[in-house]
Amino acid sequence: MSDSPDGVGPYTIRLELVDRPGELLRALAPIADNGGNLLSIFHERGNVTPRGQIPVEVDLEATPEQFDAIVDGLREAEITVIQAGAERYSEEVTVILVGHLVDTDLSNTLSTVQESTGASVQAVSLSAPEGTETESSARLRLATHSGEIDAVLADIREIAAEKQLQVIEPLTGGEAE
Amino acid sequence: MRLAIVGAGAVGTAVAELAGEYGHTVTGLADSSSGVVDGDGIDVDAALERKRSEGAVGANAPDDVLHGPYEVLVEATPTTLGNAEPGFGHVRTALDRDRHAVLANKGPVAERYGDVRALEEKSAGDLLFEATVGGAIPVLSTIADVGAGNVSAVRGVLNGTANFVLSRMAAEGLSYEHVLAEAQDLGVAEADPSFDVEGTDAALKCVIVANVLAEDDREFTLADAEVSGIRDLQASALDLATEAGQTIRLIGEVSGGDVRVGPRLVPEHGTLAVGGTRNIVQLETAHAGRLNISGRGAGGPETASAVLADVGRLGE
Repeated sequence: MSDSPDGVGPYTIRLELVDRPGELLRALAPIADNGGNLLSIFHERGNVTPRGQIPVEVDLEATPEQFDAIVDGLREAEITVIQAGAERYSEEVTVILVGHLVDTDLSNTLSTVQESTGASVQAVSLSAPEGTETESSARLRLATHSGEIDAVLADIREIAAEKQLQVIEPLTGGEAE
Repeated sequence: MRLAIVGAGAVGTAVAELAGEYGHTVTGLADSSSGVVDGDGIDVDAALERKRSEGAVGANAPDDVLHGPYEVLVEATPTTLGNAEPGFGHVRTALDRDRHAVLANKGPVAERYGDVRALEEKSAGDLLFEATVGGAIPVLSTIADVGAGNVSAVRGVLNGTANFVLSRMAAEGLSYEHVLAEAQDLGVAEADPSFDVEGTDAALKCVIVANVLAEDDREFTLADAEVSGIRDLQASALDLATEAGQTIRLIGEVSGGDVRVGPRLVPEHGTLAVGGTRNIVQLETAHAGRLNISGRGAGGPETASAVLADVGRLGE
């Protein structure tokens, strides 16, 4: 893909909205106000984050200038921007989950991780040598924003505890730096 | 110096056998049911032979050893949790008598640190416990030399049994149960390995380090540690780690007032991924950067060398 630097390009914005009528509309206003072209909205009402907010993913087209203005507009409106398109994840972290991964709905685990931590699941390897009925292990590679690894790991610990999975975390700090 | 040794397991026995080489005299030795006392020095070989043949080190009671002639009491009975008895009582007796106490038993300094420090305060004797953390590895004396206030974090592999199991599982792709049985055959794991594989032993060591780093501002016990073990670890988890250039080790960590022990991902060929029963401790220091010390974390003569190093410090 080669978008011309000044041309219109696709962007994804991940937001967390307070559960209150009119919030979604309020969040979309800065996009329209700044000339962005809304492509899709993924509004997961059923999935509340640990902070009690509703995750929303918005795909849109805009020029880089318009996009910057949209993100500024969202922040001025005090809407929580978890991730904004061009902004790249800067850190990677690998964790291994062990337990009844399949029985406890691995894909739900992954989407919960993605939604509540703000990290992006880059790759998943599942190893279930004795079939899916018994305990198995999965390796997750996550991309996070700079400085957020500890918070992401804390969220994953919480999600894993609910599903009675064991988390094998990397040693952050020390030689892992 | 004259040493009385309470506890005649691997460590107590090794201290008794090596004490002479270090210039000390063993004036008392007790196991759980018997004792031998002689102010001029007991015959260590005879006492150990008698234990082997008759099941008693001598004709005295263990209490006679505690109240006998010595400058240093070496407490090497098995680690107990909660009230840390009978080890705690042994330490109290020695300190009340203004004698020094050197511990290989983790219980008193992990579970009742405040209490033993208060006893030491009132006593003309000192309390040292290098052997309780990392066996032969000089962890506590390094912290003392660097200055507890200059150490921001301590982490590492502090249980040889768990490390042996994890390194074998990773290297051979074997199951936890298989490797554990092998470790038991080799004498690396005990018949009841719970203390080691559930992370309790490593956690006690970390709690002791946390107490030392807190410099009496805060007291830690096992209850303050977040502990998870390796019992439920699948061989598949180690495979997944290896594929990503990592491996899994049971890591103990003391940092910012938190004590954590659990299986963690570390770089496969990194400093902390020691093999076999080896231990390693990594210290983050304010002015000296990172220090890594590794070596044997258990074993009779190895741990006895740490006990005797403490005895040597008392003479300074």
